[in-house]
Amino acid sequence: MTGRVFLLGDNVDTDQLAPGQYMSGGIAELASHCLEGVRPDFAETVKPGDVIVAGRNFGIGSSREQAAEALKLLGIAGVVAQSFAGIFYRNAINLGLPVLTAADPSPVEDGDTVWLDIDNNLLDLSDKVRAVWLDPLPDNLKILLADGGLVPHLKKRLAAERKGKKA
Amino acid sequence: MMGTTLAQKIIARAAGRKSVTPGEIVTATVDLAMIHDSGGPRRVEPVLQELGVGLFDAQKVVLISDHFVPGETDEGARILELTRQWAKRRGVPFHDGEGICHVVLPERGHLKPGMFVVGGDSHSPTGGAFGAYMFGVGATEMAGVLATGEIWIKVPETIMIEWEGQLPRGVTAKDMMLKSCTRLGMDGGQYQAVEYAGSAVRALSMQERMTLSNMAAELGAQAGLIAPDETTAEWLRDVGGDPGDYAGLCTDPDAALLERHAFDASSLEPQAAAPHSPANSASVGEAGEVRIDVAYVGACTGAKYVDLKAAAEILKGRKAAPGVELLVAPASKRDQDRAAAEGILGALEEAGAKILPNACGICAGYGTHRLGEDVTCVSSTARNFKGRMGAASSKVWLASPYTVAASAVTGRLADPRDMLPEAVS
Repeated sequence: MTGRVFLLGDNVDTDQLAPGQYMSGGIAELASHCLEGVRPDFAETVKPGDVIVAGRNFGIGSSREQAAEALKLLGIAGVVAQSFAGIFYRNAINLGLPVLTAADPSPVEDGDTVWLDIDNNLLDLSDKVRAVWLDPLPDNLKILLADGGLVPHLKKRLAAERKGKKA
Repeated sequence: MMGTTLAQKIIARAAGRKSVTPGEIVTATVDLAMIHDSGGPRRVEPVLQELGVGLFDAQKVVLISDHFVPGETDEGARILELTRQWAKRRGVPFHDGEGICHVVLPERGHLKPGMFVVGGDSHSPTGGAFGAYMFGVGATEMAGVLATGEIWIKVPETIMIEWEGQLPRGVTAKDMMLKSCTRLGMDGGQYQAVEYAGSAVRALSMQERMTLSNMAAELGAQAGLIAPDETTAEWLRDVGGDPGDYAGLCTDPDAALLERHAFDASSLEPQAAAPHSPANSASVGEAGEVRIDVAYVGACTGAKYVDLKAAAEILKGRKAAPGVELLVAPASKRDQDRAAAEGILGALEEAGAKILPNACGICAGYGTHRLGEDVTCVSSTARNFKGRMGAASSKVWLASPYTVAASAVTGRLADPRDMLPEAVS
């Protein structure tokens, strides 16, 4: 699936992704305010398959996983950044939102059409000329993502354990 | 054999291993899991239900209400009610309305040097001040921990931040952290373990050390450790806790470090971080003329007993400038009671302070005192991200409680050193 790139800068924080003032409402309302401070058009124009490309320290701030959940709900296929804040990174993987680091995402421009090819560690641009290499994920995170996140992963594991006990 | 870091020692023990190497991914058993009303019951219970399991050990879970306290909105009140019901049903230790989780957890004796702890909040590195490896996780991950008692962790490298020399009067741990954030940047911690050391750190009180560890979050570190010593042990005994045997809970002199950063405490001046990042700091004197509307002494980082005491040193016998709203939200009930008994709270109220609930409040964007359009605030909190404390047009400067208090008096960002009482010799 191809999507459009939203290009963001460094230090995109969790208050931009999930503003505190909407935290007591549901995730749908929160998502409708996602990134409104930096990209007022984001929540309205984002489509499933779109990709965020950002600079350093994406997701700095709070541990609120609604920051990753909002992006997932809006259909973001993945976030590619030079680096991620630690808690956001874990939250995203746990919710099944692909987060990938790339040393040099500079070939990508805002509005580009791209395809996030996680199996081949590649962010492919539709012009077939430019591409961004992604750092490969550690094996344990690949498994979590492949299972769809932590909850489905644990379900699988617990089911296997129960089966093991019965046998 | 090469020495190891404090982080490695704690993680190796929690992972049931003789030793661990930075960069390897291990599964560790948690000694304690702390959750609060926002990311806690309302978010973890549905996952536990979905998994069809209970808590791995109810006595290793601590629940603290602080985000939606005091329940000013219908939604907030509903979340608090759900939190209380859950505490009863699941049988977990629960501190309700006693203050902010990072301050309540140690003051109720739950932390002990050497523990491996997860917290459902980004400022969880605060526990590192007690020599515990404590870090923040999101709600789904916390649900996984509550279900299994385990979590995976990539063994961190250690970044040593050393402060030597004696802090001048009126200069605090908050100033040290704003300086560190500005030098290292908000990703300077690289999600590794930061460890604070040096004579200036050793000289700090326990609550000031908590400010250092707390703001390891703003450095982008996973944890913010301080090797336990007699100060730690004495504080823990005072609150009825158990320091245990902490000898050896330190980074060996020959352990490999990722980075080492040296700072001089004796030349440090009061800092102020300009909107919208804690890494935008400079000496207060360099900020120029900044008129303020609100002065806020609040949050886990900036409204503990020592912070209230610092603010009162400046505000005693003075008044907040006309037009300046002075708000004080003591970080815990225990600290507020102590401040009240010692006349500190009274001095703040005399100066015109409005005392707010022992909760996260404005710092987390909650409550009725959220900042309005175009309001400029000087705040003793940890984060001044755009829109965090209210309207996107509001501007927040971060500074120590001394500086917040001095600024409240003058109505503009002010260096507190001119207003300190005469030192008692």
